[in-house]
Amino acid sequence: MLADALLLQLGYNATLVTIGATLLGMAAGVAGTFLFLRKRALVSDAISHATLPGVGLAFMVMVALGGDGRALPGLLLGAGVSAALGLLCVQWLTARTRLGEDAAIGAVLSVFFGFGVVILTVIQTMTAGRQAGLEGFLLGSTAGMLRSDAVLLAVAAALVLALVMLLRRPLELASFDSGYAQAAGWSLARIDLAMMGIVLVVTVVGLKVVGLILIVALLIVPAVTARFWTDRTDHVVLIAGAVGGLSGYAGAALSAVAPALPTGPIIVLVGFALFLVSLLVSPGRGLLASVVMHHRYQRRVHMRQGLLALAQGQPIFEALTRRLLHRAGLILPDGVATATGQAAAAKALLDETRWSIVRMDQSFAAAATRYDGLTPIEDVLTPDQLREVDARIDAPQVVA
Amino acid sequence: MGAEFVALSLPPILIGICVAVACALPGNFLLLRRQALIGDAISHVVLPGIVVAFLLTGVVATGPMLIGAAGAAVVAVVAIEVIRRLGRIEAGAAMGVVFTAMFAGGVLLLERSDTSNVHLDVEHALFGNLESLIWLDATGWGSLVDPASLAGLPVELPRMALALGLVALFLWLFWRPLAMSTFDEGFARGMGLRTGPLGLALVVVSAIAAVAAFDAVGSIIVIAMFICPAAAARMMTNRLDHQVAWSAVFAALSAIVGYVLAGYGPLWIGASASVSAAGMIATVSGLILALAAIAGPHRKAVQ
Repeated sequence: MLADALLLQLGYNATLVTIGATLLGMAAGVAGTFLFLRKRALVSDAISHATLPGVGLAFMVMVALGGDGRALPGLLLGAGVSAALGLLCVQWLTARTRLGEDAAIGAVLSVFFGFGVVILTVIQTMTAGRQAGLEGFLLGSTAGMLRSDAVLLAVAAALVLALVMLLRRPLELASFDSGYAQAAGWSLARIDLAMMGIVLVVTVVGLKVVGLILIVALLIVPAVTARFWTDRTDHVVLIAGAVGGLSGYAGAALSAVAPALPTGPIIVLVGFALFLVSLLVSPGRGLLASVVMHHRYQRRVHMRQGLLALAQGQPIFEALTRRLLHRAGLILPDGVATATGQAAAAKALLDETRWSIVRMDQSFAAAATRYDGLTPIEDVLTPDQLREVDARIDAPQVVA
Repeated sequence: MGAEFVALSLPPILIGICVAVACALPGNFLLLRRQALIGDAISHVVLPGIVVAFLLTGVVATGPMLIGAAGAAVVAVVAIEVIRRLGRIEAGAAMGVVFTAMFAGGVLLLERSDTSNVHLDVEHALFGNLESLIWLDATGWGSLVDPASLAGLPVELPRMALALGLVALFLWLFWRPLAMSTFDEGFARGMGLRTGPLGLALVVVSAIAAVAAFDAVGSIIVIAMFICPAAAARMMTNRLDHQVAWSAVFAALSAIVGYVLAGYGPLWIGASASVSAAGMIATVSGLILALAAIAGPHRKAVQ
């Protein structure tokens, strides 16, 4: 069953929804990256919660006009209008009053959502219209979606993705280096407006799939995940798009198999699983990589200190140091240096002596900053400089 | 305004006031410390904690739920710190990752487990059910001094009052150090204050208020009351003590007006049923904030 879902074999609607969720995830991942790099990730939380009153009011208007109130385009239009209003409120509160952006976000989020709940309870008492299904907007529900809705979703998601890709260049510029973007003639305010517009569209399209409470995760999690894998802006964008697409795809497929469960949490948890994997195994920033790096560093320090002790004829008592030196064939089990050990020790001592001269001389100040007790001096100085340093060593140290 | 009011409306209004003030008081400090969204995060992560506590014990009881919620809050704080440090990720984004994932996990756990025979579902967690906290033993105003009927008060009322007392006591005891570390952390540390544990204590006290309130009224009011009254009060004055007093007034006002509008407002305009009290209280607090933002004497940013 799950294999069928993953291979898009569960019927036309489920396939459309899965494709739509994949495209939406990619668009959200890419758009979210810019939001994340501009440090405004949580603005999207305010936008998404602000859609609720719009959905409710659109339903009431459509019922008043004689429909059954469930037409998805109308509901999404209402959601878009009230989300834009919420975004305006956040901007206004931040710019015109002394409130910080975090307080503005929290205030808009809770008040709009609260008002939305009031409207939902009003709708519950209405006799006209088929109100069942509005709760689906809270946590997302793709089960039993109408064909026309599935088509709308897939097309809209494709359009958003195209829009994001079209505007990628200025957005990248503004989020990576806003000063340069301004100097290059871009208007930062307009780029921000475009970014928020895209986030708004992603939110509205994602309402039915992910739900308004959790759509913020679709914008943030892929970007944060991607950040673990690379330090390049353009790569973060692409990886975030891939992570978002993968969560949308796997989440929608899983949800097609378990129609009783809301779709949003499944998609979010798939994304979170990808994030956890990245947190653990990504090179550079990952947990595993940090542990490995720490051990490697520890070993280098122990080797170096052990060799220096050998060179000065001091006995080594530290167990790890002895083990490391023995394993490298530098000492015998009783702690006596082998021939290679003596050579390596002499080299380490020479290195240390050269470093001490370099660090005392102001003219080598730039090179001296590279001193960490581990870096071989040949990596820092040229052979000519080394000869100059060696000339200042008083008497060559001979290791017996 | 007789027996019916005392039995049906007085307890929810009092509980609403306790919730609103208990959240608004620490909200002042969170707002000034730029940690306003902590209330948002807490109210999301509380859900999995409560669900896990329910799954382990099989009953909806206050004790295990509070412990579960507190455990979830601790897990969230640790996770946010780990992600922030390890990945060198900005705090807001780290928070967004953790609280959405935990909320999603809580929702799925809740939907997967059999909770049909108990009062525990996602909508309840979000909206609460303030209207249902009625006092069936009341026969009129006289019941307020009658021990036998007082015993039948909804348990949420004494619990919330206790939480409010705890919050107020904490702020009263630590007022000076809190104020100092909020406005000038460097100075506070220079004076020998341990600002780290103090900040953590503030978050813990906020979490206690949020968890106690969450059970009674759902998470919307909690988020709204952490931020809106304090933000509105911030526009009214430049003095901390005045701001806290204003926020308590705004919070209580939102609770009373919100409840009355939700319960009686629809009747005034000819509708038959009431609307969500939690949602209406949040809406009223937002209206108060809007008024303060438009006309408050100190609304502008300091130049």
